[in-house]
Amino acid sequence: MTMLKWLVVTLFAGLCAAPLQAEDSIAEIFTALPKASFSQKAELMAQIAATESDQALDILQAIYDGNLYYIKADKRVGYAASSPEGFVLSDVFSGESLGEYGKRKVKKITINNSLRRDLSQLIAGFKLRAEEPSLRIQAARDMVNSPSTDLLPLIDQALKVEAVASVREVLEVARAATLLADRGADKQEIIAALGVLAEATDTNAINLVSRYTLKDRDGNYLEQDSDLVAAAEQALDSLNGRQSFYTLVQNLFFGVSLGSVLLLTAVGLAITFGVMGVINMAHGEMIMIGAYATYTVQLLMPNMIGMSILVAIPVAFLVSGLTGVLVERLIIRHLYGRPLETLLATFGLSLVLQQLVRTIYSPLNRSVITPEWMSGSWAVNGMLSLTYNRLYIIIFSFLVLLALIALMKKTSFGLQMRAVTMNRKMASSMGIKTGWVDALTFGLGSGIAGIAGVALSQLTNVGPNLGQAYIIDSFMVVVFGGVGNLFGTLFAAMSLGLANKFMEPMVGAVLAKILMLVFIILFIQKWPRGLFAIKGRFVED
Amino acid sequence: MLSQISLQEKTALYLSGVNKSFDGFKAINNLNLMIAPGELRAIIGPNGAGKTTMMDLITGKIRPDSGEIYFRSAIDLTKHSEAEIANLGIGRKFQKPTVIETLTVFENLELALAGKRRVRDALLFRLDPQGRARIDEVFDTIGLDDRRHHLAGSLAHGQKQRLEIGMLLAQSPELLLVDEPAAGMTDEETETLSRLLKSIAGEHSVVVVEHDMEFIRSLDTTVTVLHEGTVIAEGPLAKVQQDQRVIEVYLGR
Amino acid sequence: MTSTVPLTKGGPLIVQLLREKSTSRFLMTLAALAILMPVLNLAVPQDSMFHVSTYTLTLLGKYLSYAMLALAVDLIWGYCGILSLGHGAFFALGGYAMGMYLMRQVGDRGVYGDPLLPDFMVFLNWSELPWFWLGFDQFWFAALMILLVPGTLAFAFGWLAFRSRVTGVYLSIITQALTYALMLAFFRNEMGFGGNNGLTDFKDILGFDLQSDATRNTLFVVTAVLLALAYVFCRWITTSKFGRVLVAVRDAESRTRFMGYRVEHYKLFVFVVSAVIAGIAGALYVPQVGIINPGEFSPINSIEIIIWVAIGGRGTLYGAVIGAFIVNYAKTYFTAAFPELWLFLLGGLFVVTTLYLPKGIKGLMDRLPVLRKTTLTEGA
Repeated sequence: MTMLKWLVVTLFAGLCAAPLQAEDSIAEIFTALPKASFSQKAELMAQIAATESDQALDILQAIYDGNLYYIKADKRVGYAASSPEGFVLSDVFSGESLGEYGKRKVKKITINNSLRRDLSQLIAGFKLRAEEPSLRIQAARDMVNSPSTDLLPLIDQALKVEAVASVREVLEVARAATLLADRGADKQEIIAALGVLAEATDTNAINLVSRYTLKDRDGNYLEQDSDLVAAAEQALDSLNGRQSFYTLVQNLFFGVSLGSVLLLTAVGLAITFGVMGVINMAHGEMIMIGAYATYTVQLLMPNMIGMSILVAIPVAFLVSGLTGVLVERLIIRHLYGRPLETLLATFGLSLVLQQLVRTIYSPLNRSVITPEWMSGSWAVNGMLSLTYNRLYIIIFSFLVLLALIALMKKTSFGLQMRAVTMNRKMASSMGIKTGWVDALTFGLGSGIAGIAGVALSQLTNVGPNLGQAYIIDSFMVVVFGGVGNLFGTLFAAMSLGLANKFMEPMVGAVLAKILMLVFIILFIQKWPRGLFAIKGRFVED
Repeated sequence: MLSQISLQEKTALYLSGVNKSFDGFKAINNLNLMIAPGELRAIIGPNGAGKTTMMDLITGKIRPDSGEIYFRSAIDLTKHSEAEIANLGIGRKFQKPTVIETLTVFENLELALAGKRRVRDALLFRLDPQGRARIDEVFDTIGLDDRRHHLAGSLAHGQKQRLEIGMLLAQSPELLLVDEPAAGMTDEETETLSRLLKSIAGEHSVVVVEHDMEFIRSLDTTVTVLHEGTVIAEGPLAKVQQDQRVIEVYLGR
Repeated sequence: MTSTVPLTKGGPLIVQLLREKSTSRFLMTLAALAILMPVLNLAVPQDSMFHVSTYTLTLLGKYLSYAMLALAVDLIWGYCGILSLGHGAFFALGGYAMGMYLMRQVGDRGVYGDPLLPDFMVFLNWSELPWFWLGFDQFWFAALMILLVPGTLAFAFGWLAFRSRVTGVYLSIITQALTYALMLAFFRNEMGFGGNNGLTDFKDILGFDLQSDATRNTLFVVTAVLLALAYVFCRWITTSKFGRVLVAVRDAESRTRFMGYRVEHYKLFVFVVSAVIAGIAGALYVPQVGIINPGEFSPINSIEIIIWVAIGGRGTLYGAVIGAFIVNYAKTYFTAAFPELWLFLLGGLFVVTTLYLPKGIKGLMDRLPVLRKTTLTEGA
């Protein structure tokens, strides 16, 4: 038993000691680094890599990017970030600040081209040995996109030990790419590489393969060897087909993303219009208020950005919602039965709200930070990358829609809202307090707009004009989809979003928008109440 | 079906097999109605019987799901708009008086006065002596002379009713559709109205929808009973009042 | 209180109109302005306190063209109930037509010195004039376009909209969509209208230097005269039977149909007339202000016109003119003195007017005991 204990303790100590040892050796290396010559630096960098410590990769990457500096006075080394005075250096291990220094007080750890090559190999090697398969795949992907013949041995090495199939696939592609980049490869190798690349899902593969299908001005192939040309054309066809497919998927994704945003921005308007027959021109400002609420929440909890969005959602809902209720009680109520006047009054309100925000915050855009868990993207493969923020917003908007449907169908308030939408007088004579339904409906519509603002803050700039950019689109969704039916709003939002995104690559963003507007103008001639309007004696009769 | 009739007798208004549903609710159900030229017809029926819907169908506000609606045996009303139908010679007085409140009584009548309705006619319009005389005639009939240049919106309900009847008279249509004219009127007024309608009939065809049985009685003419969108009885008032189905429908349930 | 001219037996409507008190008062005020201002600008020495600077004169000329625009909107909104939130588009189109003429008058005096191509086209490396610029070197052609372009657009749009019986809020929304779409289109450089810089740096009109005092005064007087004509024309329309049909359409559209009036035709006619007047207003505006850019198409410009009419008192024509003057004067003053306050004021105006002043300032004046007319009492 004691033997075992001793073994465990030693091992444990050994393991703990290892990082400490690594720190020590790196510290040693750092003392030598500032004064080292380029050839000496090559040796030192290899040593850093050899420590296999956690920081090694970051340090090497920093040297490669030119972010590793040393203080001239005491030769301490640290990561540099620019600041008003010059640079702020931070400790490589602890991250603590080593102080702020003027530009003349610090010097970069410089490298030359041969060092650059060495570094990229070392870094690539590190990444290829990462624990997480997804990181290894990413490393291999990077090599496909910027192939370098120096890395060929590394790739072969990795292929020998790689066990995970998905990583092997990308590694094979990387190998093929690197081969093609090497002008000296022989014909059979190239044809084999082309074959491998044909199955790749990396956009750069197309560039690599196209080199063999280049034509001169008369339409003749530049490449003399017809076998190579044939293999390349075949590969190109396969790749282009795949690229088109993934571009389609990408556009679908963007279309659905835009649709989900439109859904959030428009559904509040649709509900208000359905129940009360009024168009709220200040709806865009309710969205803007929600976005600014997010900004303010982030100001108040700067250390918990990750939570900030989740906190911002109810906050934005409440702020915009309460504003909506106030607006209804103070203004809308007095203009009952006069929808055009309500439109004008709410327009005036939108001007006031915009100016209010300009005065309180600033006329300039505010920056809202995207939390960690929402940043970045999911690289499905080399041709398809889906950003996380959009993904989350899509899911979120559907959740909001579900919540609304539940509200409409399962709660008594929802029932009252639907009753008032269909026949106000009847509802009133049945004892429903239409005044309160109006106020709460307006509050609900505005509150949802606030939530839309939270989502928008993650996608676009937050400024006083945020509302104006989305109000006309929201109108279009309501006009197209009709009121009184949440699925109508969903359908309209999605179709407009998808149509917009699919037209964009063909005619450009501006023209796509113009075409949408013209379409709506024409559409409303045939279906004045929208696609899914509720039938029967309507609000406007 | 119409061809069978048109050769034999001319009708002012002809409805045959008309059906209309709203979202599943059958408002008009196989409705058949025939008004002879110059006839005065009374239409009665409980609420929801489809009287107003029938008027909407005739005047072109809504279209039937199926069936024929002909004016003067020759004109298919389902193919024309409200304005066209009005210009063809069908005038309607609504259940709720809908006069133009922001215009004077005189102006309301002037607008309703029979004549060309085109934009250029309206721009160049000058009221000629005949028009003026006609309007004066209408004033004589409906009273309201002391309110000539007052806004129609300032009139009491009964006065608005009279104005609307006046507008109908000014329009001088071939076929008058009068929806609940006696509502809100005094006995004296209803009597005058009844005499008026009877006097117009002959030169014009008149269809009157009413609830007031005294008024119907005073009209002394054929009565059609509507129920659930279809005709259940037709004939002189006395006979119709004895009809079993009519009694059920009015009193039974 | 009648809403129209009492039917006298004297002469054609137009003569009656000119004899009518409110019209003659309006025309005289306008005439006074048109005579006085140039005199105070040209004849009175600059250091005298009665002198009206050319800047003020041009500003007033701008207000006059706005007044004409307000007339156009009052005609369709105040009288017919069509709330167009995109009428600025017609104003802008007329303005661009004039701008294109003025641009071509620049000839080789532009920065790049090209006799045919305006500067911005040279800058974009275009080699020839687009087809739609042809003819704009002639004034008569430009004048024709000023009338035809807004008119045709209004006709097409109105025919589609009114025939399909689009009304109320939906109509207002799509008029906004229309002007917004035009704004996006005109902002694009590829369209060939100057892109986001618009058309500017004009030199002369019909041979007369735009910067000279004489020309500015002439433009001012011309604007005043055209405003007077537009006013009389609109008044003629609204006091005729046509005007009464418009009111009937506004207040009881369905009933009016049942009286045999083809409501779509009436709406279309007045909408097109209104658009043409707006186009003319835009054409008068541009030489005085010296620039036309796509911002004129922006929805907020169109909605501002509504507040001019609402403040002045809609459905009265002269109310629209008063409103245009008051609000634009306030805008000039506040954007210079207290720029942050202006939008608060404007927004507040919207809210207050719709809530408390449905008849605008005219309505407020009507309620004063001195000006009160006999009220009507209910009863048989």
